[in-house]
Amino acid sequence: MEQLTNNKIKTEEYFINMGPQHPAAHGVLRLLLTIDGEIIKNVDPDLGYIHRSIEKMCERDSYQQIVHLTDRMDYLSSHINNGAVCLAVEKALELEVTDRVKVIRTIFDELTRLASHLLWWGVMGMDLGALTTYFYAFRDREMINDIFEETCGARLTMNYYVPGGLMFDLHPNFVNRVKKFLVDIKEHLPEYDRLLTGNVIFQKRTKGIGLLSKEDAISYGVTGPVARGSGVHCDVRKTHPYHAYDRVDFEEALFTEGDTFARYKVRIKEMWESISIVEQLIDNIPEGDIKVPTKAVIKLPKGEFYQRVETARGELGVYINSTGTKNPYRLKFRSPGFSNLSVLNHISKGGKIADLVAIMASFDFVIPDIDR
Amino acid sequence: MSYFSDIYSGIKTLLTGMRVTGGHFVRIRSENITQLYPDNRDTLQMFERFRGEVVMPHDENNEHRCTGCQSCEIACPNGSIEIIWDRQVDPATGKKKKMIDKHIYHLSMCTMCGLCINACPTDAIVWAQNFENAVYDRSALTKVLNQPGSKLKAGIEE
Ligand code: SF4
Ligand code: SF4
Repeated sequence: MEQLTNNKIKTEEYFINMGPQHPAAHGVLRLLLTIDGEIIKNVDPDLGYIHRSIEKMCERDSYQQIVHLTDRMDYLSSHINNGAVCLAVEKALELEVTDRVKVIRTIFDELTRLASHLLWWGVMGMDLGALTTYFYAFRDREMINDIFEETCGARLTMNYYVPGGLMFDLHPNFVNRVKKFLVDIKEHLPEYDRLLTGNVIFQKRTKGIGLLSKEDAISYGVTGPVARGSGVHCDVRKTHPYHAYDRVDFEEALFTEGDTFARYKVRIKEMWESISIVEQLIDNIPEGDIKVPTKAVIKLPKGEFYQRVETARGELGVYINSTGTKNPYRLKFRSPGFSNLSVLNHISKGGKIADLVAIMASFDFVIPDIDR
Repeated sequence: MSYFSDIYSGIKTLLTGMRVTGGHFVRIRSENITQLYPDNRDTLQMFERFRGEVVMPHDENNEHRCTGCQSCEIACPNGSIEIIWDRQVDPATGKKKKMIDKHIYHLSMCTMCGLCINACPTDAIVWAQNFENAVYDRSALTKVLNQPGSKLKAGIEE
């Protein structure tokens, strides 16, 4: 007691492990924290717990087979990942897919983004102690999953896009189901704002937490909603349009505060933009073939090919180095999660452990995407 | 003073949130979205395209459509399909023809990618909608898709 009053208490830095099995880490991410009391001195991410050497496996597989492996990277953006590989292969083959394929792919990509952001919203609330959000988000995400399941037969690992088009045509119920979903989600999203966005506790825990400046975001290679929360104009859908993004009208969600709350607002705004993109396209899906014929064994010409797409987490790049055979010589994925993770130490230093949880929730990590 | 306004705004947002949850609590019966699985097993309907497992349909004469062309085996990214075949005399023509002996499917390795079904030229294999695939011994997940004593349906060519 005397020690305390004399303020002679000695504190020491020590290490704790956050993860690999931690409920706030959303997967097997291990963070080695150096802390002094509650204050974080250093965050050292330790990766590799879910490494499956997907890039190496791609060197063994044919180009059709590679597509299904990308489902297993960022599993919440599986359609978008599939699209990245298909676009890269189509670029190399100089294949132009039909308008129908482009529009359907755009709709599916946006529904995927919505599903991913819905899950993120639920989990973000849960991480900060509001369990209810989780159930509401999953109620709405379930509708999207049903839409996917009816057309592609899968709920998570879709493998619906193939080089040259789509595996099969839309289900006859598709348009009706999407329209019903759009009505429901537009009713539910304002409910989300009332439940979480406006909540004082939530705002106190997110505003001004985990500040990321625009310069740092650029120099660390941060992309996606995290960078857009710091005001970096980086939406690949805008800067390098692919699929049918050049013919839809949407706004890039940009906020300049750079804190956790700004990243939250970016994703909420992106959900509204996704809804508007789907609305613009759903009524006029052009007729046409769903697949441009390709050879059974696809051989890419010799050379290097690169394609970037905007997943729900940021920019996914696919680099293919081909020697003219039926397998790639080297295939590299530039995954958004990995680059975003690199800035975690920088912005969580000096904060509290509880803030780290909020920051991680706002980064929306999917660990298999980081590890591959 | 800000102390009291903090309390006031805290309670206000709390009540706004509780109005949302309270509204759902009242309407719970009409907008119930959960299902009583497994009690509803008999009525549960999966989507027709649902990828449960790969099966080979047989008709009433115990005939299937698989010619043993091995397209599915080649298309499969992870070796989940093994075709054991040999050349047998076709009773109709008297010529030797490629026939399957066993179409082996490892459900334990299958990633449900659908490439095999896409690759099959004769639509011999299709998706089944069952999803309760848990077993106690993983060897039970290695299945022979063609039934014993079955043969190729007449008129099906590669
Ligand atoms: S669904 Fe895919 S993994 Fe499964 S057997 Fe067919 S090709 Fe192989
Ligand atoms: S199932 Fe189809 S693809 Fe596979 S061997 Fe039989 S006929 Fe060929």
